[in-house]
Amino acid sequence: MAAPGAEAAAPSPALLSARGLCFDAGGKQLIDGIDIDIRPGRCMVVMGANGAGKSLLLRLLHGLIHPTAGEVLWQGRPLDRDGRYAQAMVFQRPVLLRRSVRANLRFALAVRGVSRQERAVREAEAIRRSRLGDLLNRPARVLSGGEQQRLAVVRALACAPGLLFLDEPTANLDPGSTHAIEQLVTKAHGSGVTIVLVTHDTGQARRLGDDLVFLHGGRVAEAGCVSTVLDAPRSEAARAWLEGRLYPAPQPAPKA
Amino acid sequence: MESVWRIFAEAVGLILDWDSDLIEIIGLSLRVTLAAVAVSCAIGLPLGATVGAFRFPGRTAIIVLLNALMGLPPVVVGLIAYMMLSAAGPLGPLELLYTPAAMMIAQTILVTPIVAALSRQVVEDYYCEYAEQFASLGVGPFDRVTALLRDARYSLLTVALAGFGRAVAEVGAVIIVGGNINHATRVMTTAIALETSKGNLELALALGVVLLAIAVAVNGAAMTLRASAVRMAYA
Amino acid sequence: MGTRILSSLIALALVALGAIHPAAADRFIIVQSTTSTQNSGLYDHILPLFRDRTGIEVRVVAVGTGQAIRNAANGDGDVLLVHARAAEEQFVADGYGLSRADVMYNDFVIVGPGSDPAGVAGMRDAAAALARIARAEAPFVSRGDDSGTHKAERRLWQEAGVNVTGASGSWYRETGSGMGATLNIAAGMGAYAITDRATWAGFGNKGNRRILVEGDPKLFNQYGVVLVNPKRRPQAKAGLAKQFVAWILSEEGQAAIASYRVDGRQLFFPNAGG
Repeated sequence: MAAPGAEAAAPSPALLSARGLCFDAGGKQLIDGIDIDIRPGRCMVVMGANGAGKSLLLRLLHGLIHPTAGEVLWQGRPLDRDGRYAQAMVFQRPVLLRRSVRANLRFALAVRGVSRQERAVREAEAIRRSRLGDLLNRPARVLSGGEQQRLAVVRALACAPGLLFLDEPTANLDPGSTHAIEQLVTKAHGSGVTIVLVTHDTGQARRLGDDLVFLHGGRVAEAGCVSTVLDAPRSEAARAWLEGRLYPAPQPAPKA
Repeated sequence: MESVWRIFAEAVGLILDWDSDLIEIIGLSLRVTLAAVAVSCAIGLPLGATVGAFRFPGRTAIIVLLNALMGLPPVVVGLIAYMMLSAAGPLGPLELLYTPAAMMIAQTILVTPIVAALSRQVVEDYYCEYAEQFASLGVGPFDRVTALLRDARYSLLTVALAGFGRAVAEVGAVIIVGGNINHATRVMTTAIALETSKGNLELALALGVVLLAIAVAVNGAAMTLRASAVRMAYA
Repeated sequence: MGTRILSSLIALALVALGAIHPAAADRFIIVQSTTSTQNSGLYDHILPLFRDRTGIEVRVVAVGTGQAIRNAANGDGDVLLVHARAAEEQFVADGYGLSRADVMYNDFVIVGPGSDPAGVAGMRDAAAALARIARAEAPFVSRGDDSGTHKAERRLWQEAGVNVTGASGSWYRETGSGMGATLNIAAGMGAYAITDRATWAGFGNKGNRRILVEGDPKLFNQYGVVLVNPKRRPQAKAGLAKQFVAWILSEEGQAAIASYRVDGRQLFFPNAGG
């Protein structure tokens, strides 16, 4: 068991925590001993250069892939099915079924075993929230990129997650669409949903985030309050990145 | 090349005549083949989708086997079906030999591996795209297979058509288990074989042209359906 | 939602099965027979007469004599009507058949290209003609499928003193196919072949080919009918099969055979009880 810190033994107040999280592939240590606590009701922003391990970290935290060492704890216990069902994730490129907008919403609710009456309520709520009401019966794949991502976000929110992962949700979108997505996220956050957001956009980080984790070479280079880290970065990696300088990542350590 | 025109003229004549024997033969061909394709899809699509959407030990061996079975010679399938359905065989008491049901069974054996192997490939491609989203939503194994089958339905139509083409055109299997009995089990391909053996080559070729026309009609109908689906961005 | 997909697949299959549901197993029997009788059109002539008389439908499976006997031995037929007397008698002796009787005969003929490279046209002695073809190494196409015709052909080669096994692949070609397919191949190669007269008469792809040798008593081609031992067949079929055999051997059935003509020529000569 990696990094058995003093905190790891005590019951964590965190909603989700990573303990000594490692992931290696092809002999490279891509995630190298990360410890994170995500506290309920917060919005945590994950930043870092390409290849720093942001998306990988999200997938590990969400349980889509399994760490080679360390563990992910949901409310202090190993992540299980119930924990997974209390989470949702939105990907950089929305993955929508080849069905209508409405059928996409219904599918997500049905596979989570939401009861029929409850489904109708949540579907109506999601439709209202998405402002896609006019497009309900359109095939999801003919929507614009912004509309597709909006559908992906409301589909994730319809699952009533306690924790929502967003992996660069607006990277491919224009400012208008980005604004619409941020509105949805802000609203969800305001109603108590915990958020983990990967983004390259410092403006977005300031608008949405409470805490910030800066990754470099698969490790946490710096963590703290969003404004603190962005205004006065202490780590060389974060400083270089914010100033637009190149700062070579250390060669990922060969697998021990 | 004047004989080519004669053959086409004869084929057109055959269709225009609407001869009741010919209609009976075309009808039986379509009934047997469509039934075989339907049963093959009912077995092969879930099988192919399951293999395509899951990783499990022995999976590669199953894929290799399915791909190899696509090349089964129809005559061998006919013989296997004959030995099972013969009065001396294990299924003899069903008395299915020399009936359309026997022909359908033989074609089903022939077509199911094709449907399973091709749908495995199609579904696997779709699953690559959906895998993370499905894992995130917590889609269970049953919903995974059925959702992939549903979303890939227009691509799978092409798979069914490949099976149809193979079944409607084969003669080796149906002639053994059907017996090419007039007014009972004679279909387009066995009729063509019979006319060839009688040396009526023009008539045999004309029947072949009619068979081709049927295949074109069925494929055309299916592709029109698919094209409209593509326009709807469902495929 | 998922269940709907699966249930629609299953429903589709059930509908398909319904469409293919075997026709009510009413009064019909299966006759295992040869391609020569089928291709000549004889059955299309006599079977409707039998059906009008008895209401029994006769379904003919036309394959080579060897395969017909095998199928019948498996119990996949009620009556066997073929042309290989020794094999038919063995079939009865082995307990697969109940009885055998002569039904009709016709004859084999040697056909070949009009140019007749071996010069056998008009010969009466079939064995001598074959010997001459072998000497000339003129192409000859054989059924090579253990059918009745193939058996008769092999007897003649033996009599001619020619070992065709050694020549197989050179001028002697074994097709392993039915009579019609073999005649088509012979036509394509400009080769000689032995065929029964009925198949030849009904054959459409003659081209410039014609009968060169006929009339030798050794070319006699006897057809026999065998009642298949019904131990593997439904009980009801046995009675229907008996009726058919009795009819084809009766005066009425024999007359029906005699009355079948192609281009004004009689193809089969009834000789039941002879």
